[in-house]
Amino acid sequence: MITVEKLTKRYGETTVVDEVSFTVERGSITVIVGTSGSGKSTLLRMINRLIEPSSGRVLLDGRDTRSEPAHLLRRRIGYVIQGHGLFPHRTVAENIATVPRLLGWQEARIEARVRELLTVFSLDPAVYAQALPHQLSGGQQQRVGVARALAAEPVVLLMDEPFGALDPIIRAKAQDDLLDIQGRFGTTVVLVTHDMDEAFRLGDRVAVMSGGKLLQYDRPAELLVHPADPFVSRMTGLAERAMRLLSLITAGEAALPGAAEGPAVAPTATLREVLSELVWSGADAARVVDADGTVRGRLTVAAILARGAP
Amino acid sequence: MPRAATVLRLGALALLIAFLAKPQSFAPLFAPLAQYGAPPIYDQGNLLSLALAQLGTVCLAAAASTLVAVGLGVLVTRPSGAQFLPLSRTLVNIGQTFPPVAVLAVAVPLVGFGEKPTLIALFAYGLLPIFENTLVGLKTVPGAVLEAASGMGMSARQRLLAVELPLAMPLILEGVRLSLVINVGTATIGSTVAAKGLGEVIIAGLLSSNTAFILQGGLVTGLMAILLYDGMAALERRLLRSVALD
Repeated sequence: MITVEKLTKRYGETTVVDEVSFTVERGSITVIVGTSGSGKSTLLRMINRLIEPSSGRVLLDGRDTRSEPAHLLRRRIGYVIQGHGLFPHRTVAENIATVPRLLGWQEARIEARVRELLTVFSLDPAVYAQALPHQLSGGQQQRVGVARALAAEPVVLLMDEPFGALDPIIRAKAQDDLLDIQGRFGTTVVLVTHDMDEAFRLGDRVAVMSGGKLLQYDRPAELLVHPADPFVSRMTGLAERAMRLLSLITAGEAALPGAAEGPAVAPTATLREVLSELVWSGADAARVVDADGTVRGRLTVAAILARGAP
Repeated sequence: MPRAATVLRLGALALLIAFLAKPQSFAPLFAPLAQYGAPPIYDQGNLLSLALAQLGTVCLAAAASTLVAVGLGVLVTRPSGAQFLPLSRTLVNIGQTFPPVAVLAVAVPLVGFGEKPTLIALFAYGLLPIFENTLVGLKTVPGAVLEAASGMGMSARQRLLAVELPLAMPLILEGVRLSLVINVGTATIGSTVAAKGLGEVIIAGLLSSNTAFILQGGLVTGLMAILLYDGMAALERRLLRSVALD
């Protein structure tokens, strides 16, 4: 659990982060969104003390982060940045082994962990362990960057626009991977982005920042239905709010009992995707079908539209 | 490296070794240059030991220059040492602009004749290329890599040794190579203050108007410089094959 208390950063007269307080639950994903210069990256870097706060404090599982030297603290916190920052002179395996080596793990344990992570990130150890970063594609480099951050089993993973440099298709895959891995390791994630779609897709909670202030910290649906500030509505996009709301609900959750004709959709599909499918195929209803073929229920256009209003 | 160039270099190396090992067998080649029955091959000392002595002086000076220049380069790229950048730059620039002959003149009264004044002159003369290359090397390490290193929990020292210096190494080695090559030639002036070296041969030639001596001293020095340059370059490539340059 991360507790941020009245965290403030000033550079001379300018206040970059202004008395920000919030709590991140263990095992959840919190996304900090904001425009450029909103102070979101500064806020993130104060959590692992790459930037020292002017005032306020951060508690990690109840313990003040200033109670140990900064570099020791950072070994317990995973950190992923845009453009990955892999060490170009070290192999993929050596890159991933960075923090375990700093922590003095046994060689056999390091090797096993590297293999495990490469496999989890769909990188064949036989092919990629001894490769150098420049021999990988952009998407692979990004995955190695995340694997390296997770190597020493950190309880917290900080990500600063981790997918910003990826093309849309690879980015979607990287976001899916992150959700998958977060579910598998139960890591607490704090992620900074300026992409609202990314925030809604990944965040259990979303923090909206502007001018160094935290405007709202809430579940994504609450940001849409009860925006605390006109800026929050602008960030979430008034024109799209109904569709965004639909994108937060899955077909499995909304399925009505009964059978129906019409296209088959997966329970994991969002209502936004189902609606799009219905509009495209001209059908009135869709069948929600499991991967093994079991019919879970049906979804009508009317039922979907009803979920898109507050 | 193209084959022809490799063959040429190996040929030059063979020629140099052959000449230093058995200089007398090259006598007919140099005889037309020696007038009035003067000896065509330098005979007041062993050419091989002179060449080795000069190489030794140059390497010792280069080792000292490297230690000081890299140390200064590291110091002034740390936040705490940044204020020393202008001062350090001035010092190494003086080392380069002050003529080595003048350094000898100043050094002899202080440390006496022999190797020492030459070492001092070569040390000062060799600082600049290593220092400037170290600076560029350290300053061009990508920001994302540095941030990742700190974010992973490396201490400042670990970051320097494990990330910054290895990534700056190609440029640092290039600086050392430049400094070595410049000083192989410059070292010949050491013979004016009684340091052992090939300058002795050149000076003997100048004093007795023996072109053959002058040419021998010059050619051996030149060949050593070229081969040293190529040898260092090959060594760098071997050492740094693992450093990705994308």
